[in-house]
Amino acid sequence: MSQNYDRRKFLAELLKFPPATIVLGVIGPVRLLAAAGTDEYEPTEHYYAMGIRVEECIGCGKCVKACKLENDVPDEPYYFRTWVERYIVYTDGEVQVDSPEGGIHGFPPVADESFPPVAAGKEILRTFFVPKLCNHCDNPPCVQVCPVGATFKSQDGVVLVDEDYCIGCRYCIQACPYGARFLDPRTKTANKCTFCYHRITKGLLPACVEVCPTQARVFGEIGDRSTPLNRMMRMSHLEVLKPHMNTEPKVYYTALDGEVR
Amino acid sequence: MIESLAKPVKALRAWIRGRRAGSRRRRIPTQLIQLGVIFAVVGVGMFLMRQKFVPDTFGDLGHYRAAAVAANAELEPRYAGWQECAMCHPDKVEAKNSSFHRTVSCESCHGPANDHASNPMQLKPELPAGREPCLACHSYLASRPTGFPQIIEERHNPVRACTGCHDAHDPTPPESIQECSACHNTIARSKAVSPHAPLDCEVCHEAPPEHKVQPRAHVPKKPFEREFCGTCHDRRARPPEEIRGVDLSVYEIPRIDLVTHGGTFVCWQCHYQHSPEAR
Amino acid sequence: MDPEHLAQLEAALGQVTGFIYPNEVELHWSILIVIYPYLTGLVAGAFILASLEKVFKVKALQPTYRLALLTALAFLIVAPMPLQAHLGHPERAFEIFLTPNSASAMAMFGFVYAWYLMVVLLMEIWFDYRADLVRWRQNDKGVMKLVRWLISLGSRDVSPAAVAFDKKAVQFITIVGIPSAFLLHGYVGFIFGSVKANPWWSSVLMPIVFLFSAIVSGISMVLLIYYVTTLLRRKELDMSCLDALASFLFYALIIDLSLEALDFIHRLYESEESIEILEQLIFGKLFLSLTIVQILLGTIVPIVFLAAARFSELPNEMKRMIYFVAAVLVQVGIFSTRWNVVIGGQLFSKSLRGLTAYKLEFGGQEGLLVAIGLLILPFLILALLLKILPPWEDAKTDSSELSEAMTEAEPSEASSLS
Repeated sequence: MSQNYDRRKFLAELLKFPPATIVLGVIGPVRLLAAAGTDEYEPTEHYYAMGIRVEECIGCGKCVKACKLENDVPDEPYYFRTWVERYIVYTDGEVQVDSPEGGIHGFPPVADESFPPVAAGKEILRTFFVPKLCNHCDNPPCVQVCPVGATFKSQDGVVLVDEDYCIGCRYCIQACPYGARFLDPRTKTANKCTFCYHRITKGLLPACVEVCPTQARVFGEIGDRSTPLNRMMRMSHLEVLKPHMNTEPKVYYTALDGEVR
Repeated sequence: MIESLAKPVKALRAWIRGRRAGSRRRRIPTQLIQLGVIFAVVGVGMFLMRQKFVPDTFGDLGHYRAAAVAANAELEPRYAGWQECAMCHPDKVEAKNSSFHRTVSCESCHGPANDHASNPMQLKPELPAGREPCLACHSYLASRPTGFPQIIEERHNPVRACTGCHDAHDPTPPESIQECSACHNTIARSKAVSPHAPLDCEVCHEAPPEHKVQPRAHVPKKPFEREFCGTCHDRRARPPEEIRGVDLSVYEIPRIDLVTHGGTFVCWQCHYQHSPEAR
Repeated sequence: MDPEHLAQLEAALGQVTGFIYPNEVELHWSILIVIYPYLTGLVAGAFILASLEKVFKVKALQPTYRLALLTALAFLIVAPMPLQAHLGHPERAFEIFLTPNSASAMAMFGFVYAWYLMVVLLMEIWFDYRADLVRWRQNDKGVMKLVRWLISLGSRDVSPAAVAFDKKAVQFITIVGIPSAFLLHGYVGFIFGSVKANPWWSSVLMPIVFLFSAIVSGISMVLLIYYVTTLLRRKELDMSCLDALASFLFYALIIDLSLEALDFIHRLYESEESIEILEQLIFGKLFLSLTIVQILLGTIVPIVFLAAARFSELPNEMKRMIYFVAAVLVQVGIFSTRWNVVIGGQLFSKSLRGLTAYKLEFGGQEGLLVAIGLLILPFLILALLLKILPPWEDAKTDSSELSEAMTEAEPSEASSLS
């Protein structure tokens, strides 16, 4: 509350400067509208999803870091709401996957990447990065198995955890095919990506999407309104992870390789 | 109508009477009564407990506490979003938004800035320094998408800070906007980190100067036969020691037998010449 | 954050081979969750053994009928404790009764457990012991008298009609109890078998495999308890009873092994995408506990032993020894079966690209000490139950002699308790 007040006061003072008024004139109404809408956020009017353009991901790990900071995820490398995997397919068919500390510090070069290339044991056929996170399944197995109703799909399509009600049985962690859940060692309750629910309900983008430098992550809504995601869904061939699980994920990938599991 | 109803009613009465008479003869065993009391007490107890302890908003929207939705929305954002930055730093945002970094949000490099936005004077965001912050995205990794601008750290002006040459908010490289890479950016970037990096475009593509003015009307040359690649890569050929100022003798050029290698295919059907395989 | 826990995670990270999702370093269902199906399996198995006597009239098993019921009860009382202890928030466990999610296999636990404990096991024991309790109490003094009065719920009626009703009730409850016992442990199998995300667990055979391994474990446990308690009481072992137990154990083992083999061959033949990582698991981290302990020592060796004892003319002392050793081996085998399911199912990544490690803690909430305590506890409870509700033949009272004593004792008892 006090923070909002400070910000308003600051804006008011800023308005006294002529150059600022011009910018505010352009961006201001949009932002202020969004801010004004916070109070009357209507979940039934939204249905969120995310797109991931694998061909754009550069493996910088900024999303992983932003997620940890934004959502107060424990620092240790065993707890991730989102992470980035690197796939290296060699010419002999071997597939090597790694995600050192979830990719939070980026990735080390692989052996044959020294320049000019030197003879190492293997030759790369193709290689790419794949960001992962909770798929916010439309048919979520984690919600199905929760014995007490402490995890659920909200009206706007986000799978959330009720920290104050979770008993810590960890059945949801077992049931998630994507490894997207962990037990928060501080609260002893299940924890996972919320699409930054506290941000999206205020009109902001999820932190990982905000900081992604190449727009490999696209956030938006499914439905008839025009969103970046809708555009992507209209223009691309989409894939989801482990479709045979029939979890109906709402994180859609483009250029997803068959080796990604 | 009434008579048809009367019959079963009569039968029911008779049955009830019979039951009563029977129960007088065969009373319920005392064991059952004792157990019945216990079960009733436990059952009623459970029911009352349930009434008392189920949380208030549970079941309002589904099988969960509706209050948990609000709890999830409560957290205070730490990343403010670039629009917030634009309110005070319009010049920087404007410059960035018309540069190669237009897709990079402010907090991607400067870190979470919501604290700064609400207390601009006291709390300052990160100011990236040195090469590391830039290398996080721009150091060469084979897994990065083809065409994404990358540098080999050791070869690209070592030791010098990136900001010495590039403005982070408008990072256009000094030389790239001219010559071939101005238009053939993706190819230039792929080649820059490939074994063909030392080779100038014109080694393979002889371009008339008019190409830069009327690119479609004056198309540069493209190699169209195997022998062209064979100049360097055929085992029998003696490649030039130097091409357009590049000393080739330091490189170990992969050699093949042009006659037997690859059958009837031309080289570029198997090898992508702007980023050929390592060996 | 607990530094010891972090050190453990770091050690686990060091042992990771291949690729696992970063959240998978921590193994979530520990030894306590191994103990849970082990205990419920014993419950279901012991109960099914008891019902063999009642429903299928296997008279040779008479000496173990009540013993089996009490064994089932002792283990059932302890069964939920490992679950409770393993929860992140044990104090919130009651929520499972408040707001059970009808879609969740685990939420049904409370109801299956309550049904089985209250409606089946306690009722059967109560009806079976009621008349005896009333009679025993005549000669009891002090605390025991009070305890038995409480347990019998103050019941006094030992008329032939009432005793006949007890018998009928036991018969009825046993018939209801068999499907309930199947439900109890089949359901535990379902908790694992229904996790589609985990190819090691996800199998329609899981409940049935669990059920038969339960029967195997229950029979062998009752055999062991009967053996030991009889020796401790310096009584003669009933050889026909032991023979009957051994042959049921033998048949149950054969079925159990066949089901496991079916499951194995089915997986191998279908050869789905998970087969490679499961192969690594079976021949790597689980080789000792699965191939050697579970299959060889826990199943095949006992089958050979029991077959040898059954189809040969060995002296009784020799047979007894063989039965005893076979039953002990079966217990070890069944425990490692539970281990292989619960721990084994978490050792490989759901990316099917790598393996992680489980290191058993010594102390701590989910450590070895707690586990051993939880495995000893049912025997202590059983010892107590045997004191209050002696299941032995010689403890049974003759109804005719006591009904007389009853009528005399009744007024004084009523006054002393009121």
